[in-house]
Amino acid sequence: MTGVLAFLASIGRVILGLLASVGRVTLFALETISHILRPPFYWREFGQALVQIGWLSLPVVGLTALFTGGALALQIYAGGARFSAEAVVPSIVAIGMVRELGPVLGGLMVAARVASSIAAEIGTMKVTEQIDALVTLSTHPMKYLTVPRVLAATLAVPVLVAVGDSIGIFGGYLVGVTRLEFNAAAYLKNTVDFLEFWDVGSGLVKGAVFGFLIALMGCYFGMQSGRGAQGVGRATKSAVVAASVLILASNYVLTEVFFAA
Amino acid sequence: MITLNGIHKSFGNNQVLRGVDLHVPTSESMVIIGGSGTGKSVTIKTVLGLVEPDRGKIEVDGQNVAKADRDAFLARFGMLFQGGALFDSLPVWQNVAFRLMRGALKKPKDEARTIAIEKLRRVGLKEDVADRFPAELSGGMQKRVGLARAIAAEPEIIFFDEPTTGLDPIMSGVINDLIREIVVEMGATTMTITHDMTSVRTIADRVAMLHDGVIQWTGRLDEMDTANDLYLQQFIHGRAEGPIEAVR
Ligand SMILES: Nc1ncnc2c1ncn2[C@@H]1O[C@H](COP(=O)(O)OP(=O)(O)OP(=O)(O)O)[C@@H](O)[C@H]1O
Ligand SMILES: [Mg+2]
Repeated sequence: MTGVLAFLASIGRVILGLLASVGRVTLFALETISHILRPPFYWREFGQALVQIGWLSLPVVGLTALFTGGALALQIYAGGARFSAEAVVPSIVAIGMVRELGPVLGGLMVAARVASSIAAEIGTMKVTEQIDALVTLSTHPMKYLTVPRVLAATLAVPVLVAVGDSIGIFGGYLVGVTRLEFNAAAYLKNTVDFLEFWDVGSGLVKGAVFGFLIALMGCYFGMQSGRGAQGVGRATKSAVVAASVLILASNYVLTEVFFAA
Repeated sequence: MITLNGIHKSFGNNQVLRGVDLHVPTSESMVIIGGSGTGKSVTIKTVLGLVEPDRGKIEVDGQNVAKADRDAFLARFGMLFQGGALFDSLPVWQNVAFRLMRGALKKPKDEARTIAIEKLRRVGLKEDVADRFPAELSGGMQKRVGLARAIAAEPEIIFFDEPTTGLDPIMSGVINDLIREIVVEMGATTMTITHDMTSVRTIADRVAMLHDGVIQWTGRLDEMDTANDLYLQQFIHGRAEGPIEAVR
């Protein structure tokens, strides 16, 4: 009996802890948004964040998309061949890429690259009292550190997703034309004809949400970082895990909202 | 004028401050001494609101700091952190001029840079460090950049957390004189934490000794040597024997 109670109590503790974290993260998100809306705005930090998050993530997002598009073409060809529907390859690659794989895989790669580096940078600043120093220099850490990064990620990730979508479709095209003997012009025509605006648009909206979540997790765990190198390490790990899980969970929710019949 | 009244602060089970009472008159230099880990840094951080006390009241010029407008309040302060706390993403001169490049005190870039270089010179650093990054400097140089940053906007109230730790004796002398000058010429109110008795004697108008979570002794500098307090005497003479236990 006591064993059961102890077991239930431990589950309860985990759930309470989880709820408390959700509450703290929500408050942090609301605080961030409220600071976006109030001056001052640090343009220089925003520009640097755009370069760090957007520009420098292009190679990894591009490579991910290229290989994913190629593999997708092979898979759909193999699957389609079972009921003689090989012709669907171009349109399914395009739809799969822009609706799902572009935003999700792109988001996960950016999460690995960006959430970790933001958490490590801000965590180190916390541990070495640089955040305290900001406060004494009349600069709000949320405005100076969090707002530029969150805003930059929210704007940059959709652009990355758009670029990734194109490269992914191109990857499918390369495989389709060179390995699967599609006619180049027909492949392109098929891709364009069946793609609707909202297929792409929904993926970009997902990208914006993922970008927001990635930078938010990086900043949140960085600011919460414990003392010492160990604290920073833990913050970095938590930021990547939380950002990845949130991307996958919010992807499901958004897909329900956008496409549920 | 800074007044601390019954300040308590614990971190978990670690009761660091157990009722600190301290008064620093305007335009005077208070030096805080005390053993390592007794809570000197925590004490000055409570005044700035970087650490929230569990209990007690802090007033600056009669105004309760917990209720003050944060921006206006912090604009009057400068702080040198024990570890320097330089922004490692910014070059040295932008660290020093940080306050002069944003917000209410914003100045044109050239002017901010000129002021930064002038402040660097005052802490004994040459112009060529201005464009280096903090990570490229030695520990003592970083400390002095932190000092230059603390005084750059000429604040009314300045806190120095171990300004001379890690400096050679000559540079320590330069920094001690600089802090004294800031009090005398600019009329700043300062609180300095130090372990260096030479600094204490150069910088202080008043001395306070923190021990066991409370102010063990406080008084004017000239009263320190004759004070009848065994803890204080053991500390300023650096004796291993005495009421303060040195665990071995
Ligand atoms: N953020 C914090 N979290 C937990 N404990 C803390 C924190 N800051 C300080 N402490 C603890 O408070 C105590 C006093 O720390 P403080 O830094 O004020 O010491 P100090 O008197 O400045 O020592 P030193 O002369 O070595 O700098 C220490 O035991 C330290 O471990
Ligand atoms: Mg200290």
